Amino acid sequence: MAHASNPARPVQLTLPGFEEAGARWRSDYDTQVGPDDEIRNRSGIAVEPLYTEVQWSGERYMDDLGFPGEAPWTRGIYASMHRGRAWARRQLVGMRLPDDYRARLRTLLDSGLTAVSVAPCNSFMRGLDADEVDPVLLGTCGVVINTLEDLMTCLADVDLGTMSVNLGDNAPFTLTAMTLALAEERAIPWTRVSGTSNQSDYLSHYVANHMFLRLSLAGARRMTTDFIDYTTRLVPRWNPLSVVGQHTQQAGATPAEAMAFTLCSAVQYAEDCRAAGLKLEDVLPRFSFFFDVSISFFEEIAKLRAGRRIWGRIVRDRFGIDDPRCQRFRFHAQTSGVDLTRQQPLNNIARVAVQAAAGILGGLQSLHTDSFDEALSSPTEKAARVAVATQAILCEEAGLTDVIDPLGGSYYVETLTSAMEAEIDRVMAVVEAAGGMYAAVDAGLVQRMIGESARNFQDKVESGDRTMVGVNAYVAEEDPADRPPPLRRLSRAETDDFLERLDTYKKSRDRAGVTAALDGISRAAADPSVNLFEQVVAAARAGATHGEICTRAREVLGAGDPRVAA
Amino acid sequence: MHNATIAARPKRTQAERPPKVLITKIGLDGHDRGSRLVAAYLRDAGMEVVYTGPWQVIDHVVALAVEEDIELIGLSSLATDHMLVPQLIEALRAAGLGEVPVVIGGIVPDEDERLLCEAGVARIYHPGSGGDEIVEGIRALIEAARRAALDPVTAS
Repeated sequence: MAHASNPARPVQLTLPGFEEAGARWRSDYDTQVGPDDEIRNRSGIAVEPLYTEVQWSGERYMDDLGFPGEAPWTRGIYASMHRGRAWARRQLVGMRLPDDYRARLRTLLDSGLTAVSVAPCNSFMRGLDADEVDPVLLGTCGVVINTLEDLMTCLADVDLGTMSVNLGDNAPFTLTAMTLALAEERAIPWTRVSGTSNQSDYLSHYVANHMFLRLSLAGARRMTTDFIDYTTRLVPRWNPLSVVGQHTQQAGATPAEAMAFTLCSAVQYAEDCRAAGLKLEDVLPRFSFFFDVSISFFEEIAKLRAGRRIWGRIVRDRFGIDDPRCQRFRFHAQTSGVDLTRQQPLNNIARVAVQAAAGILGGLQSLHTDSFDEALSSPTEKAARVAVATQAILCEEAGLTDVIDPLGGSYYVETLTSAMEAEIDRVMAVVEAAGGMYAAVDAGLVQRMIGESARNFQDKVESGDRTMVGVNAYVAEEDPADRPPPLRRLSRAETDDFLERLDTYKKSRDRAGVTAALDGISRAAADPSVNLFEQVVAAARAGATHGEICTRAREVLGAGDPRVAA
Repeated sequence: MHNATIAARPKRTQAERPPKVLITKIGLDGHDRGSRLVAAYLRDAGMEVVYTGPWQVIDHVVALAVEEDIELIGLSSLATDHMLVPQLIEALRAAGLGEVPVVIGGIVPDEDERLLCEAGVARIYHPGSGGDEIVEGIRALIEAARRAALDPVTAS
């Protein structure tokens, strides 16, 4: 398949003996395998049994690869890549109550974690305080956070001036607002605060996992642009946007589709910023991305390399910006939970290591490795430690950081990178033809595409075409020793105590101050000419709870309501 | 095989009626890959499927089950929301729908599985459960429920 900007041309082979040896190999191969050996990867690209100078040759080096740290970005976004500085080991951590979060975080920091992330409870994701949901649902998928006080406890051991924090946060961005308020309390200037609002891509939530969906599509759109504007001006080391391919791929999109949807979303966010009068030269350097890495090893590497190339091209050609800071495709990656099995769960350690290696060879900036028990329950501590150790092993034992883009120049990887690029371009054209990502999502097009791909994938598992060890092959008797220990769920006494503290917190506040701040949100939400996030920060400072802020924003901007069908 | 038996009863047309299933999610989670796939497989198998979005409240699910004459409720859960299912089963019983089988698909820890089965959940499907296994399991549960409705004594 041809590289969009480098149509394949016939390669003049001058290698002595190449033709004869090639013909000999083809004949031997056909004899041994037969003609019907078509293999297609998850994105539907046919994979040849062998790649040579015929498919890719070093004369295309400067067109296709160049050098790390410059366009076309194939070899990585920084000159020194992992050899200069290894990726950040950033595990999602979130469970139970703030004190438990703090304890788990310390354990993982001792196991080699190098960046902090906060995974909040589902109640938080839905924009609710703990006293607005059934207590039985609290704290099993993430840490329960309602107030600035809760966040203070979670981050008690974290220096916001030196450690980057990754927040599971979306419009109206209460967690980021509370983090900024916390920095103020600790007298840390915002210019030193670094991190990412990791779940800020509302489009991906709308189409894929429907988790952080608190506001209507239009409301989230307005809020997100305000948020990008605010942090770009005042918190220069903050990444307000993490455009997510992980959600769509976990929901069933192929790797190429997931990359295409992500790039289309990034274009949409950039266009929205531009329409709001923001300068793209200012905001694009703070765009970041987040991808799923499946076990389709070479396909994932090619996906990430291709994505890097396309983003650079979009920024240069569509937005007319040559600044490398705007073209850099910085991304976090997470190993794919969909590939993990409930059967023989320890096998998942091997799967995660392979997925992680693909992400690393694809040039990621930070990584979350899944725990081996994720198809059984929320991660237990032992499994979470193995997941972090896997990263340390890949980084410090396996030598993956020694050489930059070590697969660069591989006949297969280069050909596949170009083929994935073409497939991603094709899917992007479908979305563009529907009016861009916002319109395509509003019309349900992207959701339908994801559903079809999920179905295709599952049909292959059902038919046995796609092997899953322990599920449709090598099935073994279950070993009771493989079962994880019971999760330490919150007891009724613990939730009662926590809810009582929330009640006390609410009553102890300066009520007039909180009400005034919340009224500020209501007014700003109704007035598109002012920055709404500024009011959210003011409310966080005044001690408003997460649920109170979300309620006010929702009242004016409308509640999130996913377009779902089956 | 039981089709013949049922067909012998002239007033009952249930045998011709395709099984009618509600696939839904209660609670706070929004992941729907599993529920959409299961809904598609059930439809392909000739069943009628009522599908809702996520975050349904229990009262609404019960009302929907009544209105739509649902024969089985399938709940998709990722990690937590299955903890609400005992409340749903209670509400179904209170509404006179105690005989409607409830099944769950998703990530359900072992200790929760025991609790849910005791609460009356008919079956729990885990990651790796096959499409055929789920379709046939659901069909069997509905057929058993139909038999029980026709002839409570022998069915029990």
